[in-house]
Amino acid sequence: MSRRLRLTAVPYALYALIFIVAPLLLILYYSLTTGQGTALSLDNFRRFFDPSDTVYLRVLWRSLWIAGVSTVVCFVLGYPMAYILSRMKERTRHVVSFLFILPMWMNFLLRTYAWMTLLERTGVINTVLKSLGLPPLELMYTAGAVVLGNVYNFLPFMILPIYTSLTKIDQNLIEASEDLGAGRAITFFRVVFPLSFPGIMSGFTMTFMPAVTTFIISKLLGGGQNALIGDLIEKQFKVAGDWGFGSAMSVILMVLILLSMNALSRYEKENAGGGLM
Amino acid sequence: MSELIRLVNCVMAFDDVTVLNSINLTIKDKEFLTLLGPSGCGKTTTLRIIGGFEVPTSGDVFFDNVRINDVPPYRRRVNTVFQRYALFPHLNVFENVAFGLRVAKVPKADIERRVRESLDLVGLRGYDKRASHQLSGGQQQRVAIARAIVNHPQVLLLDEPLGALDLKLRKEMQIELKRIQQQVGITFVYVTHDQEEALTMSDTVVVMNDGVIQQIGTPVDIYNEPKNAFVADFIGESNIVPGVMHRDCEVSFAGRVFRCVDTGFAPDEPVDVVIRPEDVRLSPPEEGQLDGEVLSVTFKGVHYEMMVRARDFTWMIHSTASEPVGARVGLSVRPFDIHIMHRAEKTEAAS
Repeated sequence: MSRRLRLTAVPYALYALIFIVAPLLLILYYSLTTGQGTALSLDNFRRFFDPSDTVYLRVLWRSLWIAGVSTVVCFVLGYPMAYILSRMKERTRHVVSFLFILPMWMNFLLRTYAWMTLLERTGVINTVLKSLGLPPLELMYTAGAVVLGNVYNFLPFMILPIYTSLTKIDQNLIEASEDLGAGRAITFFRVVFPLSFPGIMSGFTMTFMPAVTTFIISKLLGGGQNALIGDLIEKQFKVAGDWGFGSAMSVILMVLILLSMNALSRYEKENAGGGLM
Repeated sequence: MSELIRLVNCVMAFDDVTVLNSINLTIKDKEFLTLLGPSGCGKTTTLRIIGGFEVPTSGDVFFDNVRINDVPPYRRRVNTVFQRYALFPHLNVFENVAFGLRVAKVPKADIERRVRESLDLVGLRGYDKRASHQLSGGQQQRVAIARAIVNHPQVLLLDEPLGALDLKLRKEMQIELKRIQQQVGITFVYVTHDQEEALTMSDTVVVMNDGVIQQIGTPVDIYNEPKNAFVADFIGESNIVPGVMHRDCEVSFAGRVFRCVDTGFAPDEPVDVVIRPEDVRLSPPEEGQLDGEVLSVTFKGVHYEMMVRARDFTWMIHSTASEPVGARVGLSVRPFDIHIMHRAEKTEAAS
């Protein structure tokens, strides 16, 4: 690479240094402080993992669980959709994928508020039920509502990478499989599905990560009883004013995500061979 | 040799564009048949019809006298070696080759044995654990062949399998393919645009152009007795000059009358005269049937290629001896080296 070309990377490098690296280091620093004095300690982490008071661990576990369920639901809904999309003619394909992206242009908060008006005690669904003479349902402030909000907001992040990896599959490979005696179903399970694996992996990370860290969806649709780790972190900063503990939780979450991504990419390397061609 | 595959009046049209026009073709058991023609001539489409990837718009395909138009690829006793190999990138060499056997639920021990046998056959013993992207083009090609023949198909379809290889490797693989074909004793249907490849390997060559079969014959027949100007031009290089057939064995072109060996033309019928560049003899100017001036000389390794201008026509001449540019030379052709083609067929082939 020429020197001059390297110079063009300087603005971004500066940006990254100031707005990404420095804050990360600050968070790491805060996580090691407790507000009393400047001495560094692991107290915040001890507090989080305290075996006699597992409230934080339970919240973390619930966050992982809800994010996991949301991701699986996204996958179950998204894979067939991505597959159908990838088999469409080029033109219809563009129109339909546009329709998928369209709701993402609407404000995230607005979309979630829209769900509130549907699910509320006096919301659209319960009004319909009432007019049919049925008892109202408790839809809001449940774990299910949070999963629903996650799925609604993050489904495109599952569909698009899978769709991309499916369209990248060489049509010749599918013909080769049929040529070697495999019917539609066997071709799907032995060729198409394994080759879409990289897409599935990025779909999983792209839905799981925002789902595990979200606090808006859980706040609006989950209410107080379904607080997630994201809510907890937000509260430490904005309500409790304990930056140290909030930072420590952020660090723990970050490490967890890094570990899981690492595991995923290793799994992908071992099982998907060279990926796509 | 008995008949194995028969195409009867096969027509193929995509969105009103006719790519195959009434193809009639019989493929015999255990023969090496090559579909030869320029790109877009319909040779690959013909192969895909046999493989089951395309259903002809009209016409019938028979396999062992059973009509198979609607039989899907996975139920045909035919396997294909694809143009760009189409190896499964998520599987290693062994699993690529074993794919068809696993799908057919062959017992494990048999899979193991047959995969090794066919890897041996293509000279890839010990490569079973490699990932397909770690192989060179030639090795990928061999895996693709092994993957197809391990299933013991009755017919192997090969779609320009050597197109991506360099010249030296291509020559090696030509001989190798012929050996494999004779060793396993099955029918090969081979598609190529390389006339030399077709002549080297085939028992039967089918020359195609514009979705029409131009000529079917042995390599020797096709080369020595091209049926029309297209075939003559496509197979090897040719001088094609307009002429008039006065009577049997007498034709005039380039301003004089030549003796030839062709008969059965209408009196004074306009014809195309085809003469191979290696059949034009050079002599001192006064001794030739024609005389002309050397325009260019190119060294081609085994021979020189000279362009000689004589009587409004530039002749291509291949000779082991060369003459300097600007020299006057005499040209002569022996009667049996003059090939006469009907004019009508040229326009048909060119249309």
